Amino acid sequence: MELVAQYLGSEGARMVVGLIAVIALVSVNALFLIWMERKVAAHMQLRPGPMEVGPHGAVQTVADAIKLMGKELITPAEVDKPIFWLAPIVIFLPVLLSFLVIPFSSTWIIKDMNVGILLILAFSTLSVLSILMAGWSSNNKYAVFGAIRSVAQNIAYEIPLLVTTMSIILMVGSFKLSDIVTAQSGVWFVVVQPLAFILFIICATAETNRAPFDIPEAESELVAGFHTEYTGMRFALFFLAEYTNMFIAAAVATVLFLGGWHGPILPGVVWFLIKVYAVIFLLMWFRWTFPRTRFDQLVTFAWKILIPLAFVNLLITALVLKLR
Amino acid sequence: MIELLGIEEKTYTLNLGPQHPSTHGVLRVLLEMDGEFITKAEPVIGYGHRGHEHMAENRNYTQFLPNLGRVDYLHALAYNQCYCMAVEKLLELKVPERAEYIRVITCELNRISSHLLWFGAYLMDLGAFTPFLYCFDDREHLLDLLDGLTGSRLTYCFFRFGGVPVDIDAEFVAGCRAFVSRLRSRWDDYHNLVTKNVIFIHRTRDVGIITRDQCIKYGITGPNLRGSGIPYDIRKSEPYSAYPDFDFEIPIGANGDIYDRYIVRLAEMEQSCRIIEQACNKLPDGPIMAEKVPKRIKPPVGEVYQAVETARGSFGMYIVSQGDVKPYRIKLRTPSFANMSIFPEMAQDNLVADLVANLGSIDVVIPEIDR
Repeated sequence: MELVAQYLGSEGARMVVGLIAVIALVSVNALFLIWMERKVAAHMQLRPGPMEVGPHGAVQTVADAIKLMGKELITPAEVDKPIFWLAPIVIFLPVLLSFLVIPFSSTWIIKDMNVGILLILAFSTLSVLSILMAGWSSNNKYAVFGAIRSVAQNIAYEIPLLVTTMSIILMVGSFKLSDIVTAQSGVWFVVVQPLAFILFIICATAETNRAPFDIPEAESELVAGFHTEYTGMRFALFFLAEYTNMFIAAAVATVLFLGGWHGPILPGVVWFLIKVYAVIFLLMWFRWTFPRTRFDQLVTFAWKILIPLAFVNLLITALVLKLR
Repeated sequence: MIELLGIEEKTYTLNLGPQHPSTHGVLRVLLEMDGEFITKAEPVIGYGHRGHEHMAENRNYTQFLPNLGRVDYLHALAYNQCYCMAVEKLLELKVPERAEYIRVITCELNRISSHLLWFGAYLMDLGAFTPFLYCFDDREHLLDLLDGLTGSRLTYCFFRFGGVPVDIDAEFVAGCRAFVSRLRSRWDDYHNLVTKNVIFIHRTRDVGIITRDQCIKYGITGPNLRGSGIPYDIRKSEPYSAYPDFDFEIPIGANGDIYDRYIVRLAEMEQSCRIIEQACNKLPDGPIMAEKVPKRIKPPVGEVYQAVETARGSFGMYIVSQGDVKPYRIKLRTPSFANMSIFPEMAQDNLVADLVANLGSIDVVIPEIDR
């Protein structure tokens, strides 16, 4: 026992507590976000949304989750079984691991790695792999279609995302997320780099497959895109991963641009969460206002407009920093 | 590289099956695709064939009246009107003026409800879910009006040979006026959120162009025809009912792309509002049914063709009567059947993402194609 305790050490214990907290946060967050999405959508559409189950439909998501757990897990006959089974898991794991480096407050970070932002960006790319796995293994033309489109979209929007993040990192001089937040104690980076913020939000919307860039799951074109053949809890995992991805994207936006946990009076964590949910509200607002872009227009938009703008932003940042 | 491996590129077939969120009914489209481009699109119709024309031969004239509401359920009153006018022509009945005005008011209200539904459903196909709810909110007010008068919300069977069965009262007229002013206050919302939206414009400008020659060749009518620049509207070209009494315009487009058809339909809604307003103001008093309408409708031997302008285009009925209580033959010339014929040409060599946009823009109602 002493050996185990010695081996784990306070660092290990901190990790274990942190991971349990992350899993709890992810579940509660997903529950809350799904309810929030339905309510935001409803009120923007002149209707009340879920009202029956619990006060103002608060327990609706739990009821839906229980229902989904009770559904039969149908595995179609000709699917590529190992990949079909792995895809929902692979989409979920990187998202969970990204939580390791997010600074919820000045002390609430599980592991303040010195390559923090790089870790998050790397893991967000892994979700593309899982989408491809899901689409390919489903043995369904619609699913393959959705997967191919999703891969092209994610790759195209990855680049301006990285380049805008680079401008911020150039300003701060470190990959550590806590450093980036500390550097905003005076003025938030959204004021210093508004173009980068706009580009980042657009790319974050595309990376998380949210409307107007939700072609991979375009219900009216491809039935349900890459997760057409997934039922029950597996479908729920994709859903969960999407909402958690949204949280991560909003959290990164908050850390990079909105001053992280800085704010008067209230504790840091509360400010952080307020800002994250404000960004998520913005993403939801986009979804329920705009029509979907056509796929080739989406990709053209990324390659011909966003990437040049991102590079211009980077150049200006570098110039200003050099001249200072 | 692929040639070296000996793999030949070939097209693959995708079936946009009868059950699909965006085929607006039971339409099946067989697509042959080369990557994202469509090399051939073949619509397969007939999944909704119910045998209306056969039913017409086995029912008497009055019994066939409810069928018309089901042919195109979105603009049922225009179909009712066409049938009633055709039979009135055969029977040589003169419909009183008040009844004609009531017919026009209800028909135009129905046209607005059909266009509103198209607007909402089309934007839902494009991925914007919110306008659908806004349109249905507007439609609810309209449907309440028509429900109070006719008893139905969708598949109306309101007109009778010789006039209308129920008179409208001051409450209905006030409701019409209130609805028109409410709808007019909505145009700003719709234009700001949809018409001026860059994503929408990119998806609809210069997409799905129907040229004037194609229109004439395929017999396309309705907003599709007017979107391509041909100002043909039966209400103006071959006026019927009380339409000559009203002052309204025929909106036309310039290029024949989806955007033009969209603008034409929105403008038509505004013109319908104008007609309703004028009709409410000029509503004459008088009887609502013609005198001496026979109890048993037994038109003399003869044939008649009557066409009306519906929300989808020109609907025509050709009735052959052999002096019996049942028609010998009724032929329904439905606008969606002709409008659908342009679809394979529109889809060819275009992206599959445009397929849904194109199909929605020609505003077909599948039961009308299959009858």
